[in-house]
Amino acid sequence: MNKDIIKVKNIDKTFVTEKGQSIHALQGVSLEIRNNDFVCLVGPSGCGKSTLLRIIAGLERASAGTVVFQGQPVTKPDKRLGMVFQEYSLLPWRTVADNVALGLEFAKKPIRERRKVSKRFLDLVGLADFATSYPYELSGGMRQRVAIARALANDPDVLLMDEPFGALDAHTRILLQRELLRIWEANRKTIVFVTHSVDEAIYLADRIMVMSKGPGKIRDIININMARPRNRANPLYGQLSARILDMLEEEVQGDLPLLEQKVSNIV
Amino acid sequence: MNLKSLYKFAISMLVPLFLFGLWWYMAIQIKNPVILPEVGEVFRLLFNPMTNLISMGSLVSNIIVSLVRVIVGYCLAVLIAIPMGILMGYYSLVYNLLNNFVGLFRPIPPLAWVPLVLAWFGVSSLATLIGLEQGQWYIYLNNVKLSMIFIIFIGAFFPILTSSIYGVHSVNKTLIDSALVLGAEGGEIFRKILLPAAAPSIVNGMRTGLGVAWMCLVAAEMLPGSLSGVGYLITHAYTIARTDIVIAGMISIGLVGALLDYLFRLVEDKKFGWQRLAR
Repeated sequence: MNKDIIKVKNIDKTFVTEKGQSIHALQGVSLEIRNNDFVCLVGPSGCGKSTLLRIIAGLERASAGTVVFQGQPVTKPDKRLGMVFQEYSLLPWRTVADNVALGLEFAKKPIRERRKVSKRFLDLVGLADFATSYPYELSGGMRQRVAIARALANDPDVLLMDEPFGALDAHTRILLQRELLRIWEANRKTIVFVTHSVDEAIYLADRIMVMSKGPGKIRDIININMARPRNRANPLYGQLSARILDMLEEEVQGDLPLLEQKVSNIV
Repeated sequence: MNLKSLYKFAISMLVPLFLFGLWWYMAIQIKNPVILPEVGEVFRLLFNPMTNLISMGSLVSNIIVSLVRVIVGYCLAVLIAIPMGILMGYYSLVYNLLNNFVGLFRPIPPLAWVPLVLAWFGVSSLATLIGLEQGQWYIYLNNVKLSMIFIIFIGAFFPILTSSIYGVHSVNKTLIDSALVLGAEGGEIFRKILLPAAAPSIVNGMRTGLGVAWMCLVAAEMLPGSLSGVGYLITHAYTIARTDIVIAGMISIGLVGALLDYLFRLVEDKKFGWQRLAR
């Protein structure tokens, strides 16, 4: 099963800000995501990677171009395309178990099934003991596990993740990366993971899509052929990291003279 | 009761006790019950709330009449302001359509509506509205004049409306997005995301609205056609120089208002604890 599950064809996106400025966020983005693939999108901030993910999710409309998911164009959110957000996505007035069962509730599943499924996925993310807790009683890392469990409980074909570990401290982040791989290996969902951390992308992905900015497009696609779990001490790891960081640095080069000028103004 | 809460209670009683002391002392000095009746006089009225006062019925029966009026006007305000506020908060089209209108009417004090309201409704009441002209129910319903309902409605409407708009406006966008990707349809977004997320703010507005509605009471009960209610009792007692009844009525209004507010707070603490703790 290696056929493309998602095809992004020539996506263009132009925003108009509240001040009336128009911003060209994405230009001619095309990519294919294969079934069971773990793809990371990395790029400098403001390159439109989150916007691209939201367009794939059907939360935003592209100005031009189409996203095709399993042969059908995506025009609105689809529960087969699950999503995990950076933070604050859990309903604070619901218990952890009721949050996990939210998608099943929308699908009008009976309460017994909802309980069973939410228990299963809380077990999967190691939070079975917190089923009756409220989100505010959990740490940031635990909340993101709940968000992942909630997305998986809906049994989507694809999991779109928008910097899900971006707000966590470095240690928790590494723990959750490991955990996500364990879950992915158990479930084998297709994952599209947006991050600005090159290290995170190399640790997780089968393929890394490097984006460039102004307007955002795909600059390069890098296959990572390293066995998991990946060892950060592996020389290949460092080489890849250096290579991608170089690309990103070239991307922000244009900004540098401006920055230097600002610094010299301050000094 | 432990020592700390006893201490807190003692502290909270200091100012009221001082005021009562001042009142007690001043009343003895002034020796004129029209300017300031003695504390004992007023409390005698408050502790015998079932006795008939100046042939207008008891304090309790008047409070009940007032409560019914406030509740009718207030419920009307709740039923209109909350849906309107939610729609204005969610759809920018509705917001743009109605915002200027609301902004123009909100600053008008409820009392300024009185002449217009009298011209519109006169002395017609709920009984007139449903075409009742006699019987026991006529007596009850005729007490609830449309003009009073309108004044109370105006008072309660705007606080509820603005806090509903604000409540929906400030719902985290990510909550809506995550419900959408989980397969929520339009109605479910309203019922399961927007409404509960905005509920603390809406209920807070309902509490403020009830306070304002209660405050509009005296004004509403001064309107022609009114023959009962605490507000009317106060104005009538004033015309026959019974200041003790005026003060007893004021204290009753204060107590009932505080009690209603307290009930709202209980609900807020019980239901919306998450909001205080969620950050």
